[in-house]
Amino acid sequence: MARIGVFICHCGENISATVDVQKVAAAAARISGVAHSVEYKYMCSDPGQQMIKNAIKEKNLTGVVVAACSPRMHEPTFRRACAEAGLNPFLCEMANIREHCSWVHEKSDATTDKAIDIVRTLVAKVKKNKALLPIKVPVTKTALVIGGGIAGIQASLDIANSGHKVILVEKEPSIGGHMSQLSETFPTLDCSQCILTPRMVEVAQHPNITLYSYAELESLDGFIGNFKARIRKKARSLDEKLCTGCGLCTQKCPTRKIASEFDAGLGMRPAIYVPFPQAIPNKPVIDRLNCTYYLKGKCRLCEKICPTQAIRFDQEDEIIEVEVGAVVLATGFDIKHGDFFPEYGYGKYKDVIDGLQFERLASASGPTLGEMRRPSDGKVPETVVFVACAGSRDPAKGIEYCSKICCMYTAKHAMLYKHKVHQGKPYVFYMDIRAGGKMYEEFVRRAMEEDGVQYIRGRVSRIYERGGKLIVKGADTLLGGRPMEIEADMVVLATAGVANAGAEELAQKVHISYDSYYFYSEAHPKLRPVETNTAGIFLAGACQAPKDIPESVAQASGAAAKVAALFSQAELIREPLIAVVDRQAPPLYSTCTGCFLCQTSCPYQAIEKEEIRGRDGQLIKTVAKVNPGLCQGCGTCVALCRSKSIDIQGFSHEQVYAEVLALLNRGESDV
Amino acid sequence: MKTGFYPGCSMKGSAREYSESLLAVSQALGRELPEIPDWNCCGATAAHNLDHDLALALPARILAAAEKNGMDEVLVPCAACYSRLSVTRHELLEDEALRKKISGLIEADYRGSARVLNIIEWLAAIPELESKIRAPFAHRVACYYGCLLVRPAGILNFDRPEDPQSMDLLLKRIGATPLDWAFKTECCGAGFSVSRTDVVAKLSGLILEDAVSRGAEAVVVACPMCHLNLDMRRPNIEKYSGKKYGIPVIYLTQAVGLALGLDEKKLGLRRHKVKVKFGEGLAKPPSASITPASAMPTAGAKSASGDSPAGAGSTAAKSGEV
Amino acid sequence: MRSDKPVQHASQPLADRVLEKTGVDVARCYQCGKCSAGCPLAAEMDFPPSQIMHLLQLRDFPEFAEMALRSHTIWLCLTCEICYARCPMEIDIPKLMDALRHEALAQDKVNPKAKDILAFHRAFLDSVRYTGRLFEMGQIVDYKLRSRHFLQDLLQAPWMFFVGKLHLLPERVRGRRLLGRIFARTLKAKEKRS
Repeated sequence: MARIGVFICHCGENISATVDVQKVAAAAARISGVAHSVEYKYMCSDPGQQMIKNAIKEKNLTGVVVAACSPRMHEPTFRRACAEAGLNPFLCEMANIREHCSWVHEKSDATTDKAIDIVRTLVAKVKKNKALLPIKVPVTKTALVIGGGIAGIQASLDIANSGHKVILVEKEPSIGGHMSQLSETFPTLDCSQCILTPRMVEVAQHPNITLYSYAELESLDGFIGNFKARIRKKARSLDEKLCTGCGLCTQKCPTRKIASEFDAGLGMRPAIYVPFPQAIPNKPVIDRLNCTYYLKGKCRLCEKICPTQAIRFDQEDEIIEVEVGAVVLATGFDIKHGDFFPEYGYGKYKDVIDGLQFERLASASGPTLGEMRRPSDGKVPETVVFVACAGSRDPAKGIEYCSKICCMYTAKHAMLYKHKVHQGKPYVFYMDIRAGGKMYEEFVRRAMEEDGVQYIRGRVSRIYERGGKLIVKGADTLLGGRPMEIEADMVVLATAGVANAGAEELAQKVHISYDSYYFYSEAHPKLRPVETNTAGIFLAGACQAPKDIPESVAQASGAAAKVAALFSQAELIREPLIAVVDRQAPPLYSTCTGCFLCQTSCPYQAIEKEEIRGRDGQLIKTVAKVNPGLCQGCGTCVALCRSKSIDIQGFSHEQVYAEVLALLNRGESDV
Repeated sequence: MKTGFYPGCSMKGSAREYSESLLAVSQALGRELPEIPDWNCCGATAAHNLDHDLALALPARILAAAEKNGMDEVLVPCAACYSRLSVTRHELLEDEALRKKISGLIEADYRGSARVLNIIEWLAAIPELESKIRAPFAHRVACYYGCLLVRPAGILNFDRPEDPQSMDLLLKRIGATPLDWAFKTECCGAGFSVSRTDVVAKLSGLILEDAVSRGAEAVVVACPMCHLNLDMRRPNIEKYSGKKYGIPVIYLTQAVGLALGLDEKKLGLRRHKVKVKFGEGLAKPPSASITPASAMPTAGAKSASGDSPAGAGSTAAKSGEV
Repeated sequence: MRSDKPVQHASQPLADRVLEKTGVDVARCYQCGKCSAGCPLAAEMDFPPSQIMHLLQLRDFPEFAEMALRSHTIWLCLTCEICYARCPMEIDIPKLMDALRHEALAQDKVNPKAKDILAFHRAFLDSVRYTGRLFEMGQIVDYKLRSRHFLQDLLQAPWMFFVGKLHLLPERVRGRRLLGRIFARTLKAKEKRS
C-alpha cells in the first residue's frame, strides 16, 4: 500500500507568488496513496529537510515527492535527506513546479491547476519507483597519458606526485614536444629548453612514471576505472638496455642528409639519430625509411662500431598491454604546412618560412647555431617581414578560428630577430593584436617601443622573389588602405595552429568527440574544459584547441586533478539510473531476442553480448547486457528495442506510462 | 563534339594577327572552327560596368546562337570575351529566374549547354601537337596569363589562380623554356588603354621589367587587350619608365604556328609594333636566384617532354588545385 | 538574393541595397586590407577597395555611402579580380564595384575625374548598339567627341591602318534590331528612369 509524502515548496516567492501552494497541498492530500501533504517556505533549508525526515519516520512513508525547483538543483539534497531518514533515495522524486510552471506563467487558476497536475504525475510515478542501490565500479589507479609534450609532462608529474602510477606514451623518439623546438618563450623570454629539460628529466627519473617513447596507442577498450590499453612500442632497432647513449653511431652514420623533423626541415640529421642533444630518452632510433641497410641491405656501420653491440636490425614492434583507470590526452598540435599559400610562395621560396622554422634559426642548438641566417644563401637578413594570421581567421583557406598564440610569438620573433641583428628592420603585418594573458600586452608594447618593431595594420596580398629579395605587397589600412611594398630578405609566416596528423584516428580509437577541425571536444566549453564526454578520458593542452604554454600547463594540472580525484576513491560510485536487460524464468531467460540493435545504437559502447548457458555448459541464447560502468542512461536502446526487453532503472516504461496516464485521467484517482 | 568559334570584336581589328595565326594553326592541325553565325559583341568591360542585364544579355545571345547551331563547346580566344561568356553562363545556370528573364530579353531560350573554352584549353587538347612540330620553339619565354584566364577561379575552374602552369606546359610541349617569373597574372591595365593610358604604361611596364630581368626572350600572351597594352603601347611604356624595352610580345597561337613551321607573314608577325626577333640584346638570365629551379607544382597532366604526344589530351591543361 | 527594384534614394542603406541586388554582404569584411594590398590601381584610387567596404559598412552614416558612390575608385577598378581571388572572406568585391557603378550612374553621382573612362565605355556601347560589334574606328571618333581629346593617339592611327589593323567601315550584325531592343530594355531604360 503506497504511503506517499508530498512536500510543496514556496521557494520564497518564486513559486508562491504565482501558484497557490495551499491549494496544491490540499489537492495533493486528496490523491489516492498520499499519506502526507504539506507546504513550506524553503524545503531545501535545514528545517525543510528535517520536516521531510520527520514525516518519513512518523508516517512510515514509502515514497516522497518534493514539489519545488528543478531536480538539477536539489535532487541530490532531498535524496540525501531521505537516505538519512532511512528511505531509499531513489524513492524520492522532484516535481518541478518552478521552472516548468511558476516561472513561465502568470498568476492564475490555470497555473495552480498545472502545478497540481505536475504533482499528480510525479505521485503516480513514485508509486512505481523501486529501491535502487548505487553501482560500484572498481578503479585501477594507474593513469595513461598520451603525448609527452609540456602538457603531457605536467599531467604525468602531477598524477605521479599524488602517489599514483603513470604510463606516458610519446610517439616521437623523445619527449618534449614543440616546446623543445622553441628558442625563447613569451612573455619572459625564458630559454625554452632550460625550463623544459628539468621537467623532462624529472619524468625520466620519477619512480611512478613509466615512459614508452617512440610508441603509440594501438587500441583502448573498457570503461572508466577499468581501461585496457594496448601500446605499440615501435622498433628503435636497438636494444635499449645495452645502449649507453654514447652517440658514436650518430656521428659515424654515412647517410647524413635527411631533413631533420626537429629542425623543421632546415637542418639535416643522419639515418640513425637522436632528435636533439637533450632528448629523453637519450637513445637513438634508426629511421628505417632512409637507412641504407633497410633500403639496400648494405652498410651496417653502426652495428660494427657500437661499443656495446646494441644495434638490432631485425627488431620488431612490441605490443604492450596495460590496465589503467584514466586516460589523459595531451597530443598537442601542429602548424599548417603545405601549398596553401601560393600567393606568398610558401613552399616555393626558401626564405619564406614558418614560425617553427624561425624558432630553429633563432635557437642556439639549431641549424645555424642561433645565428640569424636565411635558409637560401646563409646571408644575415637585414629586413624581415613577419606576416600574422597566415591561415588563421581565413575562411578562404579553410580555417575560421584564431590560433591564439601567433600575435604573441610574432612579437617575440621580431624581438629575437632585433636582438640578434641590431641594425635589422623587422616589420609585422597584422590585423589585430591579441595579447590577453598576464604580462602579454606589456610584452607586445616592449616589442614596439623598446625594440623598434614596426607594426603595419593590413594583410599581405602577395610575396614574390626578385633579384634575391622578397617583394612583400601589403597594405596599411590605418592609412586608408594604402599599398605598402617592402623588399625583405626573409619572410616569416605565422601559420595557423592545427590539429596533429592522426588526431582523428586517435579520437576514434578512444571514442571521444572532436570538432570539424579535429580538435578534441571538451565536455562543456566553460565549466568542464578538461573532461570529455567519455567518462575517464581527459584532455590537456593544445589537442583541445591552440593555446600557449601557461594554459597548457594549467590544463594539464587540471586534468591531473580530475584523475587524482577519480583515483582517490576505492571504488567509483555511479547513479544506478542505467539500462538493464530483463531476465525471466527459464526456459525464456529473457525476452531479449539477441538482435543487438541496442549495441549498434549505444553512443557509449555500453552494451555487450552475454551468453546464457545451461548447467551443462551448452549455449542457450546470447542476449544483450548493459555494462553498468559505461551506461549513461540516455535511453536510446530502450527506444529501439523491439521486444521491450531493455528498460531504464528510475525511468522504466511503467513509471513513464504512469505519469502519462495520471495526466490524462486527472482527478479520477483522487479520493 | 562540335566546337564553335567566337572571334570577338578585337580579332577583326586591333588583334588581327591573333585571328590570322589562330586560323593558320587550326588549318595546319586540321581543326575546323565554324564561327557562330551573326555573333555580336560580348559587351566586354563597358557593358558590365554600366548595366547588369545588358552585360548578361549580350553574351547570352551569343551562346544561345551557338546552342541553336548544335555547338557543344565554343572556343573563345579573347580572354575578356572568355570571361564574360563564362561568367554569364555560370550566373544564368545558378539562377533560374534570372536565366528566364535574360532569355526573355534576348528573345531566345538560353539553356546553358554549350561549354566555353579558352585558347589554352583548346590547344592543349590537341594530342598530335608534338608530332606536327617542325621547328621547336626553343626560346626562353615568359608566359603571361593576365587576369581573366584564371580568375575568378571558382567560376572558371581552369587553372590555379596563383602561378598557373597551363600555358607553361603548352609552351614546353612546343619546345620552349617557360620561365618562372612573378608577373604571370598581374594586370596589364586592361581597358584603360585609351582612357587612362598612363595606368597602362605603369602596369604593363612592371610586367615587361620583370620578364626582361628574368632573361625572357619573349612574352607570350593569350589576350588581345594584353597584347595591345604590352606591344602597341610600348612607346608609352618607355616614356613612362624612361627605359627602352626591345622584348617582343607574341600570341600563343603565333608561337605554336612558328613551331609548326608556318610562315611568319601568315602568322601576322609583321603587324606588331615591337619587332619580333629573339635573343638579341636581351638580358642574360640572372645567376643565383633564390627561386629553386624545380618550382613546378604538381600538375594534373603528364608533362610531356616534347617528344611523345601527351596521353590523355583533354586533361593536359588542368593543373593541381590550390 | 537578387532583385531588380528601381533605385531608392537615401531611405535604405546602400549596403542593404547592394546585398539585395548582388548577395554581397559587407558585414563579412573584417578590414584586413588584403584587397587593397593586391589591387593594381590602389595607389591611384581616392579610396582603396578596403576603404570602400568600410564606407558601406557604417550603415547609419549615409554620407559615407555617398562618398563611395562619388568616388573615383569605382571607375578606376578594372575588374582584374585579384581582390576576390585573395579575399580571406571570399567577398565578391568586383561584383560590389559593378553594383556601385550602376548606383552611381542611376543617381547621377559619377566622379568628374572618371569622365574619360565613362566616355570610353559609352562610346564602346554606342558602337555595339548601332552595328552589333565594336567598330574601333567609330568608337574612337565617338570617344574623342565625348572626351574632347582630339589629338590623342593621332599618330597611332596611320600606323594601325598601315599594318591592316584599322578598318574604315564597320561590320554589321544582321540581328541589329534585336540588339536595339535589348539596349532599349536595359541600359537605355535605366538611363531614361534616372
